[in-house]
Amino acid sequence: MKPFTTLTGIVAPLEALNVDTDQIIPKQFLKRIERTGYGKFLFFDWRYLEGETPNPEFELNAPRYGGASILLTKENFGCGSSREHAPWALDDYGFRCILAPSFADIFFNNCFNNGMLPIVLPIETIETLFGEVRATEGYELTVDLPEQKIVKPNGESIAFEVDPFKKHCLLNGLDQIGLTMVHEEKIAAYEKKRGIA
Amino acid sequence: MAKNIYEKIWDAHVVHAEEGKDSILYIDRHYVHEVTSPQAFEGLRLAGRTLRRPELTFATMDHNIPTTDRSKPIDDPMSKKQVETLSANCKEFGVRCFDMFDSRSGIVHVIGPELGLTRPGMTIVCGDSHTATHGAMGALAFGIGTSEVEHVMATQTLLQKRSKTLNIRVNGSLPNGVTAKDIILAIIGKIGTAGGTGYVIEYTGDAIRALSMEGRMTVCNMSIEAGARAGLVSPDETTFEYLKGREYLPKDQSEDELVAEWKNWASDEGCSYDKVVELDAADIQPQVTWGTSPGMVTGIEGKTPVLSEVSNDNERLAAEKALAYMDLAEGLPIQNIKINKMYIGSCTNGRIEDLREAAKVAKGYKKCDSIELALIVPGSQQVKVQAEEEGLDKIFIDAGFEWRESGCSMCLAMNADVLNPGDRCAATSNRNFEGRQGKGGRTHLVSPAMAAAAAICGHFTDIRTWEYKS
Repeated sequence: MKPFTTLTGIVAPLEALNVDTDQIIPKQFLKRIERTGYGKFLFFDWRYLEGETPNPEFELNAPRYGGASILLTKENFGCGSSREHAPWALDDYGFRCILAPSFADIFFNNCFNNGMLPIVLPIETIETLFGEVRATEGYELTVDLPEQKIVKPNGESIAFEVDPFKKHCLLNGLDQIGLTMVHEEKIAAYEKKRGIA
Repeated sequence: MAKNIYEKIWDAHVVHAEEGKDSILYIDRHYVHEVTSPQAFEGLRLAGRTLRRPELTFATMDHNIPTTDRSKPIDDPMSKKQVETLSANCKEFGVRCFDMFDSRSGIVHVIGPELGLTRPGMTIVCGDSHTATHGAMGALAFGIGTSEVEHVMATQTLLQKRSKTLNIRVNGSLPNGVTAKDIILAIIGKIGTAGGTGYVIEYTGDAIRALSMEGRMTVCNMSIEAGARAGLVSPDETTFEYLKGREYLPKDQSEDELVAEWKNWASDEGCSYDKVVELDAADIQPQVTWGTSPGMVTGIEGKTPVLSEVSNDNERLAAEKALAYMDLAEGLPIQNIKINKMYIGSCTNGRIEDLREAAKVAKGYKKCDSIELALIVPGSQQVKVQAEEEGLDKIFIDAGFEWRESGCSMCLAMNADVLNPGDRCAATSNRNFEGRQGKGGRTHLVSPAMAAAAAICGHFTDIRTWEYKS
């Protein structure tokens, strides 16, 4: 897994509640058996009109948000299906960090397993950021995971919470299977106790 | 100390716990399907790993497979490849796979309980958010991502944090015609689509106890639509009766011994929860969703919202967007909404009892002329055979409905069963998200009885006043 330490990048706004994983990556793209290359299908039904011409009404298509690596959005982002194709698509598109007032549980976990950082912020902070992002072209934030803070262009900083174990894994890009395998003897002992031969 | 069922299952499955880290939780059963597994198998291959316990893992193809003639090849080359990839992976890694020609095949969440692979007290995972279905059996079952699928394959464990517990008590008894689907939709309407986030739900109360296993599976299935990863029901006589004689029960114990063990998993008298929500079953009307999130739901006597009456800005914005997508006016009575398609099936409502309820309504009626397609898709091949033995298929065919092979079908429309733009469908599935059943398609979630009645009338109608023909 690729590590996540600090990130400075353009912030793109996605103003919608309950964005579900069917919107993040529609089902027709789940038929692929690869793990990469999903970025071009991200938000497909919102992003494109007939014939795959970019939809000018979809905010992420605005040139000012080109190259964005931080997604700013609203409550319950990533609800619905467990498809890990959702974080794969966001990551492949270039998003490494997502800011929202709340996330759906499975999606939230899937992000960490792909070296991405979803951050929960108070709703008022999110609303303020929406205002600032829209008001300033090229608005960038710096996300500092070791210090658990987000630094605004004016130098002001916002503290955030992150699970200490998930933080440790992200900073070091740790492979969770490898971490668990360290405890192989304990798994074997548990199986023996349960009679799982 | 009195424990609830979640605490009992959790405590019995912790392999290793360390302060400040996620616990290592043992997984008793891993279900696998073709969509969320290929990258996990590939990961194992690249790392030179194998499955730690292939005998605890069972696979089936359900998302992509056609519901029409199975003797013909799958038209879509990508679907075909994904299905073939699962077969090849199962062969290579030694996993039992019920392929689409197997009489035991079907939607993974229908066949697990049906085969007796899902049992009380188990920890069960699958790369699918509707894994919570298995919770009806008194198991801790939840959906995981593909990285976690690979983790379970390699270690038979998962890194987990203990959840908070939410007790949803449904008191009293349901009015006639009101079903398990209406209970869970009413719950989601009450607590919201994020109301269960961070919790494992235990459903209790007289109305839950009175449900069949099929009904309990419908309720637990949609726990994820309330934001909860898992939802479960403590096992009781209904559970034990359902499980008796199932094919994959352990052979080294008698049924009495098994039942004695299973009983111990039920929540103790006097146990506690982090949060409790109560509903009165008598207040629940047949439910219909009007929007693009399962929480956008109301009773059959209700109307679509009037935007000026929605006080929260974000919710008003969401309702406005949903009504526009659904092409519905504000304040429109639900019974005035006309449909042109109907779909009965899915892991939510594709079991035998669901088909019986729909057939009871359809018996002696014909679908309305304006209905272009009324699709009945059994949840498994075993459900299909049983329904045919009971003559349900004939009732559906006589009504002008189509009778298909099993699979996920139009719930998520990964196969050829897709809505066209502008179609409006009464569906017994679990998600009414934009485009879920096909780009530009509009989905209204309802119970099987309500779906059948809507196909006959051409619009939603109150099933509580239905005239049944015998």
